Amino acid sequence: MTEGKVKIFVPRETTARSLGSEDVALAIERVALDRGESVTLVRNGSRGLFWLEPLVEVEIGGVRHAYGPISADEVSDLFNAGFLTGAKHAKSLGPTEDLPYLSDQSRLTFARAGITDPLSLDDYRVHGGYEGLENAIKLDCDEIVNIVTESGLRGRGGAAFPTGIKWRTVLTADGEQKYVTCNADEGDSGTFADRLIMESDPFVLIEGMTIAGIAVNATEGYIYLRAEYPLAIEIMNQAIQTAELAGLLGDDVMGSGKIFRLEVREAAGAYICGEETAMLESLEGKRGVIRYRPPLPAIKGLFGAPTIVNNVITLASVPIILARGSDCYKEYGSGRSRGTLTAQLAGNVKRGGLVEIGFGRTLREIVEGFGGGTATGRPIRAIQAGGPLGAYVHPSQFDAPLDYEAFSEIGAMIGHGGLVVFDDSVDMGEQARFAMEFCAIESCGKCTPCRIGSVRGVEVIDRILSGVDESANLALLRELCDTMVIGSLCALGGMAPFPVLSVMNYFPEDLRARKPQ
Amino acid sequence: MALARTIAEKHASRPGPLLPILHAIQDEFGFVPSFVVSVIAEVLNLSRAEIHGVITFYHFFRETAPGKKILYLCRAEACQAMGARKLERHVKEKLGVDYHETTSDGRFSLEPVYCLGNCACSPAVMIDDFVYGRVTPERFDLLVDEG
Repeated sequence: MTEGKVKIFVPRETTARSLGSEDVALAIERVALDRGESVTLVRNGSRGLFWLEPLVEVEIGGVRHAYGPISADEVSDLFNAGFLTGAKHAKSLGPTEDLPYLSDQSRLTFARAGITDPLSLDDYRVHGGYEGLENAIKLDCDEIVNIVTESGLRGRGGAAFPTGIKWRTVLTADGEQKYVTCNADEGDSGTFADRLIMESDPFVLIEGMTIAGIAVNATEGYIYLRAEYPLAIEIMNQAIQTAELAGLLGDDVMGSGKIFRLEVREAAGAYICGEETAMLESLEGKRGVIRYRPPLPAIKGLFGAPTIVNNVITLASVPIILARGSDCYKEYGSGRSRGTLTAQLAGNVKRGGLVEIGFGRTLREIVEGFGGGTATGRPIRAIQAGGPLGAYVHPSQFDAPLDYEAFSEIGAMIGHGGLVVFDDSVDMGEQARFAMEFCAIESCGKCTPCRIGSVRGVEVIDRILSGVDESANLALLRELCDTMVIGSLCALGGMAPFPVLSVMNYFPEDLRARKPQ
Repeated sequence: MALARTIAEKHASRPGPLLPILHAIQDEFGFVPSFVVSVIAEVLNLSRAEIHGVITFYHFFRETAPGKKILYLCRAEACQAMGARKLERHVKEKLGVDYHETTSDGRFSLEPVYCLGNCACSPAVMIDDFVYGRVTPERFDLLVDEG
């Protein structure tokens, strides 16, 4: 890079692009050329402050100054105001790192998101990348697994199973061939953390999976990545190629003599494939029908071999644990929920985005403090936490702390950390109906409570809403929910009733006969 | 037919080759034509029923040719919280089609989708490979009319 050139950052990430960042980047190049300004345009990932996207940053004296949200037709104005020297403009936000939304977070997993060029391996290494793997290759398998166990890391996909214990099971299981699979089929509405890290810092996932492979003697890894994320697929594939060329994947990982190969496998739009055994079936080229457990995938997983199945965020949290040690990670959090939670503020929220903080803060602090309430300015009526199978949380429960155990005490779940905010215009009866409808659409069909129960659930709710035998049908709905919860084989049928039950328990006024219009 | 066989054979030696093959077929033809079923079955030494079962299980694979562009409309909760139901009615009326249908001029096929991961800037629509955020009915009309 030529000295004296000013560095400008414009995100190349799905949400920023969905709001026009490609046009902004083009406009900056064009205006700079017209004015004879010498600038370097970096296409970074996003920091996850989505209400400010497209967020343009200018680096001056090593400090990045933020301007946002910027539209393409404001770019000339920015140049005129002198933004290349950090000058004030109606859209200037000051130094990016000083924005309270960011400075109040504890960015560990997302430490580099939005800061680096996602496809630059040099950038990754300058910002602490591959320090975890460097440490890992000096350790034996037991030591790596111990560090992960001691860190307290639990599965971030939703089930919160201790990661180290899962890895230990794979390590000690018999088998010549073992696998590491990454579940990147992030289908829960209100979640985007997996996509954001894959688009903004793909090498951290590659490094995390490589460490997992070395820890359990697995030589092959697969990232099962949703078809709805075309940009993440493109970026992950490019990053894998770069890592291969640099000797960080392949037959001699970082000169250690260890083998680890990694491949992206594109999913095909079935929500159920986020369930780990359905994902394995799909990777094997079959219908995504769930398997009975036991045997656990850790014992008998992909192609019958011992297999790690971890979520993207779980695996992306491993490098920093290996780089800084388990104590450093464990310091964050509360109770048995150690480390950081990547909450995702979504739906009707004023300041939507990614919030990475230690477990234990309350729902209210996150949604009101970070989120600033609803986008529409109306009161919050409900928050659906943990995806389409999560309960609708009532405002009287907003002071519950976000840790796995405390949150389940109020009958809700953190899941993958998605928080979807609804204002008081929401019809909770419709939301209950949708939970059943979604389950009916996405059921794999293997077990009756899920396959038939969800269809019947929609019908019963329709009868209630249209005033047919209201009280008898409400009783029937509760019984049906119980049957699905107890009798379903996996979490889809087993949890789809939770949002319905939360509406029955906390918003009963919406689940009754509608007055004729 | 020959092209389908070449694609199937190219991926056949990979572990779990069927989804990569179907993706490659759909990338090539725009959908998964019925004639490929027997070709893939032969190459992978599986039954035609097994191939058909996999194609029909996954929402992403289509068995009929799409319009010039595929328009994916998100129906999930985060988008619902920002008016996706209203947008859905508008989209169907504007295009004159229901889900899984193609407009009479062949420009758009409409598909429902359950989350595009753009949930902080809802409602979301994806046209082919590009996601658009905060899509109001007015913004939708602009996207469709210019596109």
